[in-house]
Amino acid sequence: MKDRAPLFIFIFFLILFVTGIVLGEANDVFQKGVTICLSCIGIN
Amino acid sequence: MERFRRFVQFISAFIANSRLWITPSNPIYTGPLKQICFPGLNCYSCPAAISSCPLGALQNVMASLKMNLQLGKPGLGLYIIGSLGMMGAVVGRAPCAWFCPFGLFQDILYKLIRVPKLPFWRPLSYGRYVFLFLFVIILPVFVLDAAGFGQTWFCKFVCPAGTLEAGLPLLALDSGLRSAVGALFFSKLTVLVLFIIWSIVNHRPFCRAVCPLGLIFGFFNRISWLQLRFNRDICVECYACEMICPTGVSFADGRDDINSTKCIRCMRCFNLCPGGAITVEFSKTRRSAGHEGCACHKEQG
Repeated sequence: MKDRAPLFIFIFFLILFVTGIVLGEANDVFQKGVTICLSCIGIN
Repeated sequence: MERFRRFVQFISAFIANSRLWITPSNPIYTGPLKQICFPGLNCYSCPAAISSCPLGALQNVMASLKMNLQLGKPGLGLYIIGSLGMMGAVVGRAPCAWFCPFGLFQDILYKLIRVPKLPFWRPLSYGRYVFLFLFVIILPVFVLDAAGFGQTWFCKFVCPAGTLEAGLPLLALDSGLRSAVGALFFSKLTVLVLFIIWSIVNHRPFCRAVCPLGLIFGFFNRISWLQLRFNRDICVECYACEMICPTGVSFADGRDDINSTKCIRCMRCFNLCPGGAITVEFSKTRRSAGHEGCACHKEQG
């Protein structure tokens, strides 16, 4: 069982990852990533 | 192995920053790859970056959490946490040693500038917990403006990678931005300069004392598929592993676990160990230094 712990953990985070995609969170990351946030890098 | 790791670091840094056609009118990449969280500290406002920084993305989620919950919108960071967790479950904190461009930057500073090196004050490693829980989670979630949004505290006030990879290049590209520079930018520039100086006399100080992303990956070190094992019975107590460790993991003298959150899985100790006391396991296959692929070191079930 202990040997399989990483597999279960991987599957758990895979489920989170896929759920995030289904909920459109990848698009949220994209929207933030394509916009320069000047205050985030200490300018402005 | 060390040369191969350095090669992977350079290739990884290049892939993460492979947008070569940069113009002032189009300062950052806006293509679909920006949906992907790169497993390392690589600012997504960097003109050359083609992917997103998971730490910046996570802070944005935290900063918008209250508003998203009030509006009933999804936005709990499952996508980001999931991508970090999958990587962590397989290799733990290895991305710090193998993929992170800011880790490579610190490695180069430490190796190229030959000055007397200083010991690292171990309690500083607890700073990672402060920066993760305070600057990445608590302050962005609970310190909100009038509109109900928080700020990306770590990016805004601390992250030297953002200053190096985004702040300075954007100022070089856009002369109009230079008039907007104020005390905040100079304070961040000071943080960057201090880390550059610190990286010359200590190996990877940012990774050891500050990096919240490294700590997140580090939480997986004890449970990931990739595991390091230390056999005290055959250790010759030369302590070469501790001397060569870039993050100061002291497992030979029993102060740290070999899979502690500090270990970045660079494998330098594994390669150096003269007695083969350090082994690497990936799934059910065990390898010992100097006996890579040897059948005698295959774990029996």
